[in-house]
Amino acid sequence: MNKNHRVPSNRSLSAVEVKSKFGAEFRRFSLDRSKPGRFDEFYGLLQHVHRIPNVELLVGYADVHGDLLPINNDDNYHKAISTASPLLRLFLQRKEEADYSTFGTDSLTRKKNTVLSAVLLRPDAARKKAPVIISLPRDFRPVSSIIDVDILPETHRRVRLYKHGQEKPLGFYIRDGSSVRVTPQGLEKVPGIFISRMVPGGLAESTGLLAVNDEVLEVNGIEVVGKSLDQVTDMMIANSHNLIITVKPANQRNNVVRSGGGGGGGGTASGSSGRSSDSGASYYGCSSQGGVGAAASMPTHIIQNFPVGDLDSDEDDEDLVIDARGEAEPIRRASSNYSMPSLPRYEPHLNLRAAASSTSALSINANGTLPASGSSGSLSNTNATLSTPSPDRATERRSLEEDGTVITL
Amino acid sequence: MKRFRRHGQESQRDRLKQELFQFNKTVEHGFPHQPSALSYSPSLQLLAIGTRSGAIKLYGAPGVEFMGLHDENAAVTQVHFLPHQVELVTLLDDNSLHMWTLKAHKGLSELLEIGRFTLTGPPGALPSVTRVTAVLAHSSGELLLLGTEGGHVFIVEVPGFRELEERNISLDQVASSVPDDYIGRRNLEHVEALQENPLNPNQVVIGYGRGLMVIWDMEKQCAIQHIPATQQLESVWWTEDAGYILSSHSDGSYCRWMVGVEDLNEEEEKSDIPYGHFPCKAISKIVQLPTEDGPPFLLFSGGMPRASYGDRHCITVIHGKTHVALDFTSRIIDFFVIRSGLQHTGDPSALVVLVEEELVVIDLQTDGWPVIQTPYLVPLHSSAITCSHHVSAIPIKLWERVIAAGDLQKTHYSKKPWPITGGRSLAPDPPQRDLLLTGHEDGTVRFWDASGVCLYPMYKLSTAGVFHTDADPNDNMNQGSEGEWPPFRKVGCFDPYSDDPRLGVQKIHLCKYSGYLTVAGTAGQILVLELNDEAADQIVEAKVVDLLQGQEGFRWKGHTRLDVREEPVQFPPGFQPFALVQCQPPAVVTALTLHSEWKLVAFGTSHGFGLYDYQQKSNILVKCTLNPSDQLAMEGPLSRVKSIKKSLRQSFRRIRRSRVSLRKHHVNNAAKLQEANARLEAELAEMELAPVQRKIEARSSDDSFTGLVRTLYFADTFLTDSSHNTPSLWAGTNGGCVFAYMLRLPPVEHRADEQVTAQPAKEIQLMHRAPVVGIVVLDGHGAPLPEPLEVAHDLARSPDMQGSHHLLVISEEQFKVFTLPKVSAKMKLKLTAVDGSRVRRVGVSWFGSSKSEEYGESGLVVLTNQGDVHVVSLPSVKMQVQYPCIRREDVSGIASCVFTKHGQGFYLISPSEFERFSLSTRFVVEPRCLVELPLQPGSAKRRIHSDGGSSTLRSTRLDSEDAEVLQEIQKSLEGDQTSFLENNVKNAVA
Repeated sequence: MNKNHRVPSNRSLSAVEVKSKFGAEFRRFSLDRSKPGRFDEFYGLLQHVHRIPNVELLVGYADVHGDLLPINNDDNYHKAISTASPLLRLFLQRKEEADYSTFGTDSLTRKKNTVLSAVLLRPDAARKKAPVIISLPRDFRPVSSIIDVDILPETHRRVRLYKHGQEKPLGFYIRDGSSVRVTPQGLEKVPGIFISRMVPGGLAESTGLLAVNDEVLEVNGIEVVGKSLDQVTDMMIANSHNLIITVKPANQRNNVVRSGGGGGGGGTASGSSGRSSDSGASYYGCSSQGGVGAAASMPTHIIQNFPVGDLDSDEDDEDLVIDARGEAEPIRRASSNYSMPSLPRYEPHLNLRAAASSTSALSINANGTLPASGSSGSLSNTNATLSTPSPDRATERRSLEEDGTVITL
Repeated sequence: MKRFRRHGQESQRDRLKQELFQFNKTVEHGFPHQPSALSYSPSLQLLAIGTRSGAIKLYGAPGVEFMGLHDENAAVTQVHFLPHQVELVTLLDDNSLHMWTLKAHKGLSELLEIGRFTLTGPPGALPSVTRVTAVLAHSSGELLLLGTEGGHVFIVEVPGFRELEERNISLDQVASSVPDDYIGRRNLEHVEALQENPLNPNQVVIGYGRGLMVIWDMEKQCAIQHIPATQQLESVWWTEDAGYILSSHSDGSYCRWMVGVEDLNEEEEKSDIPYGHFPCKAISKIVQLPTEDGPPFLLFSGGMPRASYGDRHCITVIHGKTHVALDFTSRIIDFFVIRSGLQHTGDPSALVVLVEEELVVIDLQTDGWPVIQTPYLVPLHSSAITCSHHVSAIPIKLWERVIAAGDLQKTHYSKKPWPITGGRSLAPDPPQRDLLLTGHEDGTVRFWDASGVCLYPMYKLSTAGVFHTDADPNDNMNQGSEGEWPPFRKVGCFDPYSDDPRLGVQKIHLCKYSGYLTVAGTAGQILVLELNDEAADQIVEAKVVDLLQGQEGFRWKGHTRLDVREEPVQFPPGFQPFALVQCQPPAVVTALTLHSEWKLVAFGTSHGFGLYDYQQKSNILVKCTLNPSDQLAMEGPLSRVKSIKKSLRQSFRRIRRSRVSLRKHHVNNAAKLQEANARLEAELAEMELAPVQRKIEARSSDDSFTGLVRTLYFADTFLTDSSHNTPSLWAGTNGGCVFAYMLRLPPVEHRADEQVTAQPAKEIQLMHRAPVVGIVVLDGHGAPLPEPLEVAHDLARSPDMQGSHHLLVISEEQFKVFTLPKVSAKMKLKLTAVDGSRVRRVGVSWFGSSKSEEYGESGLVVLTNQGDVHVVSLPSVKMQVQYPCIRREDVSGIASCVFTKHGQGFYLISPSEFERFSLSTRFVVEPRCLVELPLQPGSAKRRIHSDGGSSTLRSTRLDSEDAEVLQEIQKSLEGDQTSFLENNVKNAVA
């Protein structure tokens, strides 16, 4: 395969060699590059050559970077044809069995073992790559998520904000205040830290997960009890690249309500402004359908505690070292914040799901004000892994390294 | 990971930690903040000072010191030693009395509080009845007389604080015996003074605020004599021969009254307003002491003419023809006189004055009454401390030269030894000579011997002479001219006024091996000095370094550069400047380091940093670190304060203006106007009531002062390749940036003529962008690189250059170890992300084990903004121990902290006091002293008698039998009335 890829084709450049795979079957044919025709015709052709006239198909192709991208309209069909060099590799799936999570950047190559490419880091290649825009939710960079829903009391919410060097400010203020705790002796007033203000247009506001007067209970897994306002401020700033705040929302009506073993929890929480709760509810609704036993067979629904160590996104790799006498600017490891700001780095990792280390996170997409219906619908439909991008260093690095021009297919 | 660690290793490390680290606050150096009371025990030869914060401090011979703190947060208003005892009594302003004692325990004395007591009046009585205004510790050592605001005198048995009600002297008892013609027998007011007859302990004089003094016989419970002074009373003194009583008054007068003469009007032998004619201020205390052969000493405080010298703080000393008004720079708290002789009853030898900011001791036996240098209680803040620098283990040669230079500055001090000699210091000799250097606002650097318990001043360096300043250098010298009245003489060294704030010293670095010193100041000046044993004329050549490197669009809004004197300036022996760098813009120098082996000085400000070759007197490198968008960095320290004020003012003006303009627009619409007004009111209210809130935002490169250079470091290490080590310079900024330069030094024989060059080699931008506060290179063994010349002087093992070196970058938020030369992250320790505290001060220390002499390890000592000290291991950057040290609100205390190389530290607990602490088990400097009661014939006798007090009283009664007979006659005359009243009072008090 590699050879094929490298050796220039001796055929006419006007013809595009197509290798189509459906299940275990391959079909080879060619198309005219200059006259690709419309998607409908192409779709029909595929059904024809594979002899599956009545099967609804999901068509995907491998682009030059090894990403599995969908073909479902004229535009991306033409793109696929025009960029194929020389071989256009197609992957067909039954629509009802389709695994949407396979789509996306690096998705193909990651499936494969890429020991070779892991060795060859070529950041230049990554820079050349045009950002691929696909309207699947996961292709947006997550900016926030609710995590650990399973282990927290229902009255609490753990929110993760992804700063990731983007321009948008975190955008909130905290203050001292007092909250009431229930103790065996009765109600007790204790000092607490509260969100005092949201900056319009800031990350915190745009997520809709934090609100003024929410009490801050933890910062990145560390309780704030007994800490001064300044200490908590410093903790948040020190964690600002990957801030996880556990709050007790002032408005308790939109809480995620966990459904029991059999109950169809889908409809339980339906707050009017409950963007988060809606998607959360549907998510749990899915898992509960499978029942308790199904959990094992459906690794996507294994809900794990988010280990604190993992929360600790390691910014070590992101220190920028410049050899000032240097011939070039060798950037150590994945200092992508500086070198490749445009690269969408936060992709779902299949191998994470396989390792069952997926988290109970709900991604809210980069467009911020995600309408509840859209996201929850698509998420529950796809029945896909809702894994947040793991900050795990190794996988992140690998994802970058795989951007090299050498693709093992 | 932790789970899998073997238990044995853990406990072994824990044991080792206990052998290495131990936190103690050991001693307070300097002068207590806000002293409020003074006392002296001639028998113990101890001095006691109480403070407004409730501390009580005892000092004896150098090294003998004790400290106690009252639980109550109240000021100490009076301190009294019980005569011939090791106890002392303190009175706080909450009206509680406390008994302290010096208890010997395992051969060392400790100051302990052993009792407390508050006078309780009869139910329903005004609090003033029992509000203590005067305390007399009776010479029997067993009675305490307490004069109160209500005019009563309560008698209490000590040390147990047992009230002896039957002996109380009530106001009514006294008032009834006052002659009718004494200003119509008006209220006598509070008890102002209590004094015991020096010869007859049975008699006390009670001075009332109104002016009346009554001599009272405690045995017979009756008044013996009335002294009808008519001015408000300030103090009373009974002369040693018991023949006279001196009283001082609020109009600046003092009177001398003869004791034992019945005719009231004849008693006033002499009344004088020493600085009279015009109204004078009160004489607050008067003392007269006899001399063996000659006129007595008369000493009093205050009494200055109100209009012309009312602001002076003076003590007048008159001895024969000599009359001096000692003029202090701060308020007088109290004074006492030490007398010579074995029994301390001889001629006055020294006057000890406690003023608000220092302790001044004047030698009264040497002509001219020179000041005796104090070995402790030195006012560290004679000019405000702006920075400090500690150097451990000074070589003896440098030490002696500094002392020699300092001795030449001390010639005006008395040659007499320190007169307060109580107790014995049992502290072992300090293991090494340590130097603490403090930089001051007036441009001086003071050198202190910090080896032991006493922080002793060694030498003072002034940098002001290099520059033209507005002040006349002879300003301080103009003493009172001939014939001036009062005859003032300035004493004391507390001088808080700085000629020019730009002179302020901000950074100091001393190389103890070469004697090179560099001092940097507020106006971007960096002086390089060397120790010279001779006075010399020097022209200091100034080199201006432009740190902006031609960056456009910046205008410095702060102060100007200091003007350098171009003519040769004579410098006295000591450290003499020979090179000067002036930064442009002249911002305060924020980082400074010196490498004496390479003869280089690196300096940094908020705009950049530079490297200066002080051998060739040329600048080698300038790097501008200023962010082009950072305009705030161009404002001087003063204009910034102004701008905050200005912006506040403007915002208020804006509101006012908008309110005015609203009125204009909506004049015809009352409702709208009201609405607008209400909104504005609400806005204003919100501005005032808005809770303190903190913005949560990631640091960005656009923040202000990211270019401020926080730390500079020289290292001989593997900067560019792993086989050749080269000299290098490292700089860390406020924006989390580290710059590394490779230095090329010419061979030694060409050092004077070939250029030193610096090439940029590395630049590290920390992702978290927290300010870099420290940079250390660790050698192949993981030990910090030694100081320059340390190896050459055989005082340190040479660093391991075989193994790979590591770079440790300490930011305010975390500790991070990088490999060298590749600079890849290896280990780190997060601080802020975990507990919300930030690194404020950091140092490298060596800790020796208390168990085994050979074992020791280096560690980082860290002080956080929460006031905690931590020890972090090297090279593994693991948290070892943590102790709370400073209150987190005490920002200046935290900022002032310096660490020593052996696990000790100093920080300011007040502008005038350093607290010394130790983290090391091996290096602990703390007072260890013993105070024993000297065996005196008198006290021995008292000890023998079981009921000492009364028996002594009885024995002395025999001496004055004649007087008593007279009194008895008088008493029988008044008898009925007195006993009637007595009963009344008893009933009332009970």
